[in-house]
Amino acid sequence: MNSEFDYLLKRAARGMMSRREFVGRASALGISAAMANTLLASAARAEGPVKGGVLRAGMAGGESTNSLDPALAASEVPFMVNMTWGEMLVDVNAKGEIDYRIAEEISANADATEWKFKIRAGVEFHDGKTVTAEDVVATLRRHTDEKSQSGALGIVQGISDMKAEGDMVTLTLASGNADLPFLMADYHLVIQPGGGVDNPAAGIGAGPYKVTAFEPGVRHVFERHANYFDSTMAHADQVEILVINDNTARTAALQAGQVHMINRVDPKIIELLKGVPGITIEHVAGRGHYVFIMHCDKAPFDNKDLRNALKLAINRQEMVDKILGGYGSKGNDFPINAAYPLFDETIPQREYDAAAAAELYKASGHDGSPIILRTAPGAFPGAVEAAQLFQQSAAAAGIPLEVKVEPDDGYWSNVWNVEPFCASYWGGRPVQDQMYSTAYLSSADWNDTKFKNARFDELLVTARAELDATKRKAMYSEMANILRDEGGLICPMFNDFVEAKREEVGGWLPDPNGELMNGRALAKCWLTA
Amino acid sequence: MHPILKLVAQRIALGLLLLLAVSLLIFLGTEALPGDVAQAILGQSATPEALANLRESLGLNRPAYVRYFDWLGGILTGDFGVALTNGQDIGQAIGQRLGNTLFLAACAAVISVPLAILLGLIAARYNGRWPDKVISGVTLSTISLPEFVAAYFVIFLLTQVFPIFQPVAMVFPGMGFWERLQAVALPVIVLVLVVLAHMMRMTRAAILNVMQSAYIETAELKGLSPMRVIWQHAFPNAIAPIVSVVVLNLAYLVVGVVVVEVVFGYNALGQYLVDHVAKRDLPVVQAVGLIFAAVYIGLNILADVIGIVSNPRLRHPK
Repeated sequence: MNSEFDYLLKRAARGMMSRREFVGRASALGISAAMANTLLASAARAEGPVKGGVLRAGMAGGESTNSLDPALAASEVPFMVNMTWGEMLVDVNAKGEIDYRIAEEISANADATEWKFKIRAGVEFHDGKTVTAEDVVATLRRHTDEKSQSGALGIVQGISDMKAEGDMVTLTLASGNADLPFLMADYHLVIQPGGGVDNPAAGIGAGPYKVTAFEPGVRHVFERHANYFDSTMAHADQVEILVINDNTARTAALQAGQVHMINRVDPKIIELLKGVPGITIEHVAGRGHYVFIMHCDKAPFDNKDLRNALKLAINRQEMVDKILGGYGSKGNDFPINAAYPLFDETIPQREYDAAAAAELYKASGHDGSPIILRTAPGAFPGAVEAAQLFQQSAAAAGIPLEVKVEPDDGYWSNVWNVEPFCASYWGGRPVQDQMYSTAYLSSADWNDTKFKNARFDELLVTARAELDATKRKAMYSEMANILRDEGGLICPMFNDFVEAKREEVGGWLPDPNGELMNGRALAKCWLTA
Repeated sequence: MHPILKLVAQRIALGLLLLLAVSLLIFLGTEALPGDVAQAILGQSATPEALANLRESLGLNRPAYVRYFDWLGGILTGDFGVALTNGQDIGQAIGQRLGNTLFLAACAAVISVPLAILLGLIAARYNGRWPDKVISGVTLSTISLPEFVAAYFVIFLLTQVFPIFQPVAMVFPGMGFWERLQAVALPVIVLVLVVLAHMMRMTRAAILNVMQSAYIETAELKGLSPMRVIWQHAFPNAIAPIVSVVVLNLAYLVVGVVVVEVVFGYNALGQYLVDHVAKRDLPVVQAVGLIFAAVYIGLNILADVIGIVSNPRLRHPK
C-alpha cells in the first residue's frame, strides 16, 4: 500500500477526516470502497485514541527567562507551550495544507488584497468566554504594535486594515498576498481574549490544554480544556513539558520512562538509541537549514566567480553524513526544499567539484590570501566541525579558508549580519514567499547575505499576489535559480527534526512544519499503556 | 567589649564592604560583555527599530552609574526588581530557587561532612597502612573525576543498569519531603563524591600534624587506645583547619554546583544565573551574584569565628 494511502488511513482512523472523504480519496488511488471501509475499520481499532493519563515531553530549548506571552516565544519550549495552550486561526497540516481551527472558512478577493475569515461558533477560551471576531482582531492588532515585540511583527505589518463584523474578520492588505492563511498559522498568533492586551502573559487561550503551572526553564504543566472544540485532540488528562537542556539527561529520562518523548536527539547517538527496546526514533525532513553566508557587497565576496567557487568547493554529501549523521538532505544554495509547497524538483543539484571550483577561483582573480570563515559552536549544532570540513574540501580545490572560532556569547550581535562570511542557520518558514521576504528581498531587515537583485525582488512581489499556482511555481523556480547562481548563500544541508518517543505513545504523525509534530505532539498523541 | 565580639563585628563590617565591592565588580563585568540585553532577548531576529524600542522600554538608555545606584537602592529596601527578560519578580523567583539550592547543599553536607571527618580520622589512625591507602586512593580518584563525568556515570549506573532513581532531579512546590529526597538522590551522590576528598585529606593532615606533638606521646605512653588519643586529644586541636576546609566546601556546595544542576535538570540558583547571564539580564545576575558572594563571605566569617572560639589562645588573649 502506498504512503499516500497510509497517511489517509491514519487520518481517517483518528477521525481527522470523514469516512466519505476517505473513501472518495481512496478510490482516487484505485482502492475500492468496500476495501477502503474494511481497512478503515481495522485501522480505527488499532489506532483508536486512549483517553486519560499524564503525557510528558522532555525538551531542550527552554530557559528560566521564558515568558507566557505568546508574542515573545523564540525557542523550542515556548513554541511547544504556545501550541499546547494556544489556538490560532488555522494550522498548517503535515501535507502543507490549511487545517481550519478558530477560522472555519476563508475567502479572498481576486487580487488577494482582502481576506475574510469566518470565526467558528462556540469556541471557548479557558476562562469560559466565547471566542469572537473582536478577540481575533484585538490579537492581531496587538502583534502589529512594535511595543509588543512580537515575533510575528513581520507577518502582520503588511495588514493595513482589520475589521470585525459579526462572526467575520476582514483583513485588508497593502499589497496582495496569496499566502495570508499560511501566515496566520504562525505560532505567535495565538488568539487571546481581548487580544491579551491587559495581560499578555495570562496564558488564557482556546487551545486543547489549560496552563496549570508555569515554571520557566523548569517545567510547564497543563490540564485538559474540558470544553475544547475539537474532540480529535487532547487525549491525556494532563500533559507536562520538562525542560531538560542536557542531551544525556534528556535521553536518560526517556529511557527511564520519566518522559514519553524528547526533541533534539543528538545525531551522534541515534544509532545507539535505535537499539534500545521500547524506544523509536522519529525523524522528518523539515525546512530548517544550516548555512554559510557571504555578504555580496563586501570584498572579496562581491565577486560572483569567487562566490560560486566557494559553492562548488563544499562537499554537501559529506556534511549530511558527518554533521547530520545522515538525518538530513543536501542543500542547493537556495533556502527552499521539497517540504515547501510549489517547490521545483527539476533544479539541478549542485555537487562538490574541486576542479570547477579551482577554475572559478582562478577566474575570480583572488590574491590567494586566506579567506576568513567565522563560526561558533552555537551557530548550529556541529558548526565548527562543518567549517573545518569546508576548509578541507576547499583546500583540495586550492582555495585557502581560515576557520575562526568565535564565542557563542554575542555571536548573533557581533558576527552574524556583521562579518562578511560566517556560519548560521535558518528555521524555515511555512511558505516560500515568507522565507524569501524575510532574508533575500533587497530591503529585508535580515538580508544576511546583502543580496540585492532587482529581477528577484520584482518576481517576489508579483508571485505574492498570484493566485494561479502554476504561474506562481514558475516564478519561484526562476527566483530559486537566480539565488542559486548569483546569491551569497551557501546552503550545504537541510536538517531533519530528529526526535524519540516511547512505545506507549500512540497517534504520532510526522510533521515537517516544526519540532514534535509542529508543537502539537502533546495535544495529539495519547498513552496506550 | 569582649575581644571576640569586637573581632566578629570587625569581620562582619569588612564582609559588608567586600559585598559592596563585589556588586560593583559584577556590574562592571556584565557591562563589559559584548551585546546588551535588548540584543540578547531579540537574538538573531533583531531589527534596529525593535532594538531601539526595547532599549527604551527597558531603560537601557540611561547611563550605567544611574542604573547601578537605582538597583543598589532597591536592594537595600528589599526590592530586587523584576527580570528584564520576562517581567517576573526576582525576589520571588530567587526565593524558591535559593531554597532548592540550600536543600541540595544541606543534603550533600549532612552526608559528606561527617563521612569525610570519620574517614579522615580512620586514615590518620592507620597512617601509611592499607585503610589509609584505600581511603585516600578512592576519594582522590572521585575528586579527580570531572563532575559531569561522575554525573553521567551515576546516571548510567543507577537509572539504566539498576533502575533505582530518576535521572531528572527537578523539584516542585507541593512535593513532599520524602519525594524531594528521592528526587535529589543522584545529584547528592555526585556532590558527596566530589567534596569528600578535600575535607578528608585536610582532616587527616591536621590530625597527623597534631600527632607530632609531645602531649600526644604522653597520652600514648599513658596507654590510651589510638582512636581515643585521636578523638580526645588530637581532634580538638585540629578543629580550626578542619572547619575552614569544611566551610570552604559548604560554600562550594551552594555556589559552585551549576554543572551538576544542569546535568540533572535541578532547578536551583546556578542554572537560573547562567540563563540570565546569557540574556544579559543585569538585575538578576547582580542579585544572584550578590547572594552567592554573601553566602561565600558569610561562611568564611563563620569559619574564622569558629577557629577563634575553638582556640583557647585566641579566646583568652593575654
